[in-house]
Amino acid sequence: MNAVVARLVVQRLGIMLISLLIVAFAVFFATEMLPGDVAQILLGQSATPQAVAALRTAMHLDQPAILRFVYWLGGLVSGDLGRSYANNMDVAALISGRLTNSLQLAGVTTLFSVPIALCLGITAAMFRGSLYDRIVSIVTVSVISIPEFMVATVAVLVFAVYLRWLPALSIADQVHGIGELLRIYAMPVITLSFVVSAQMIRMTRAAVIDTLNTPYVEMALLKGASRRRMVLSHALPNALGPIANAVALSLSYLLGGVIIVETIFNYPGVAKLMVDAVSTRDLPLIQSCAMIFCVCYLLLILIADVIAIISNPRLRNR
Amino acid sequence: MSSTVSSARGLGLRINIVGAIGAAIILFWVAVAILAPLIAPYPVGKIVAFDYFQPMSSSFWMGTDYLGRDMLSRIMMGARYTVGISLAGVTLACFLGVTLGMIAAVVGGWFDLILSRFLDAFNSIPSLLFGLVIVAGVGSSLTVLIVTLALIYAPGSYRFARALAVNVNAMDFVTVARVRGEGIVYMVREEIFPNIIGPVLADFGLRFVFIVLLLSGLSFLGLGVQPPQADWGALVRENLDGLSYGAPAVVFPSLAIASLTISVNMLIDNLPYRIRDRGE
Repeated sequence: MNAVVARLVVQRLGIMLISLLIVAFAVFFATEMLPGDVAQILLGQSATPQAVAALRTAMHLDQPAILRFVYWLGGLVSGDLGRSYANNMDVAALISGRLTNSLQLAGVTTLFSVPIALCLGITAAMFRGSLYDRIVSIVTVSVISIPEFMVATVAVLVFAVYLRWLPALSIADQVHGIGELLRIYAMPVITLSFVVSAQMIRMTRAAVIDTLNTPYVEMALLKGASRRRMVLSHALPNALGPIANAVALSLSYLLGGVIIVETIFNYPGVAKLMVDAVSTRDLPLIQSCAMIFCVCYLLLILIADVIAIISNPRLRNR
Repeated sequence: MSSTVSSARGLGLRINIVGAIGAAIILFWVAVAILAPLIAPYPVGKIVAFDYFQPMSSSFWMGTDYLGRDMLSRIMMGARYTVGISLAGVTLACFLGVTLGMIAAVVGGWFDLILSRFLDAFNSIPSLLFGLVIVAGVGSSLTVLIVTLALIYAPGSYRFARALAVNVNAMDFVTVARVRGEGIVYMVREEIFPNIIGPVLADFGLRFVFIVLLLSGLSFLGLGVQPPQADWGALVRENLDGLSYGAPAVVFPSLAIASLTISVNMLIDNLPYRIRDRGE
């Protein structure tokens, strides 16, 4: 049986790698379609034709796009992300520090949002159709259907403007002491948690309700089990797989949220770096950031898939 | 089954109150988008007040923005960009996705397999990121925005339509038509499409919400609609400095987006059961 699982996981991994290749292709060609000569732009108007030609050769610009794609891909795999156009630094060096910041933000958000979302989702399913369930549903649908920056805006209005607990949009790069650290994280984490939790609550609720509709739960109902017993000891163990799947899937919404949140709160992470790179048209930096995001996203989806396979034996013998 | 379109319209009248409110708000914004230049109280780009970030007042119902322009007029014009671009984008996305999806279901075989795998991979790029990359590469203009939004959401629409069409494709009347020797165009247009139009319309609405959110997100990052024009996302961005004072110039464009997206959701969730649930 473990061999079957391993084979399925390897298969998913293969699909992920193919997806990643297509993504790399799309990212590379979307950014290479730029009109204008990169070498000319880099060296400026006063460059001699010889210097431009030399740089073109050095950057492989005189070769066909498909070859450059292969060079670029090779570089990515071996950890050479290229040099930034804007400040001529190694992209890898630029990104590494920022990546830790972003991962910290994502980690703290996960720590906060997962327990809260699971509690709300499971209790909402437990009291399906009650006023509580309806309020939770309405709030989650609303949060999902408004843009992330609006959640951030509302958070700022509530916590900074009216309650005056936290600073509005001023976030320093330097941190002194634990209090300041908490204050810096608070706003982005609150915003992101809202965005991610909303998805997670909805999916958790749906997963538990799915198992509530099964014959064995009906049996529990018929034999007179209390609602609590019915949900917690009959439905929940069977819903754990779908719930874990839902958690991993909703965490992939972190990515979209992170781009907006890092921008609005001026948080020094990869997403902010990428948005800045877009405004300076710093292609190697954009390409690398985009690939990092896609890898994270595909990894989360892969984890969700694997959890689904492990938790549901019926998915194994397809 | 062939009268689905007319019966859908007949059912559409029996909609409950929440759905009706949603529909009314959507119609309101569409009307505002069409009539914007006629009903805006002040010229859109004109600086009409001496003070920036003014609060709400009788002469400026929604306050003024960071340059002292009338917010109400700007939101009315913003409706044009937000609703217009999103509608164009979602129409293009659904047209591409649904057409390809139906063709893939009818043709089947290698064509279906390769197209599905390719579009699935495409689907696995986070949408906002994809938008960022394209706008970074090609630059931002209305056409680029519409095509980008359409490209991002076409794979999802393809997947949805294909799943529906595969079910219809297995039915007897389709087999009969195939035996009769009908071509792909006829099959798609006369046999498949009329039978999936209800769920496809519901999907159209949901995708519209995603596109409005993505467009607002891009504009918020300064990569969507470019100044001096501004859609609602761009309006929020422009006036973000007013956030610390709780200026209405930040709040109202956000509310406008929320009212549009939430009302589309309300409408779709309360569509008659027969239209909505055949997709699942």
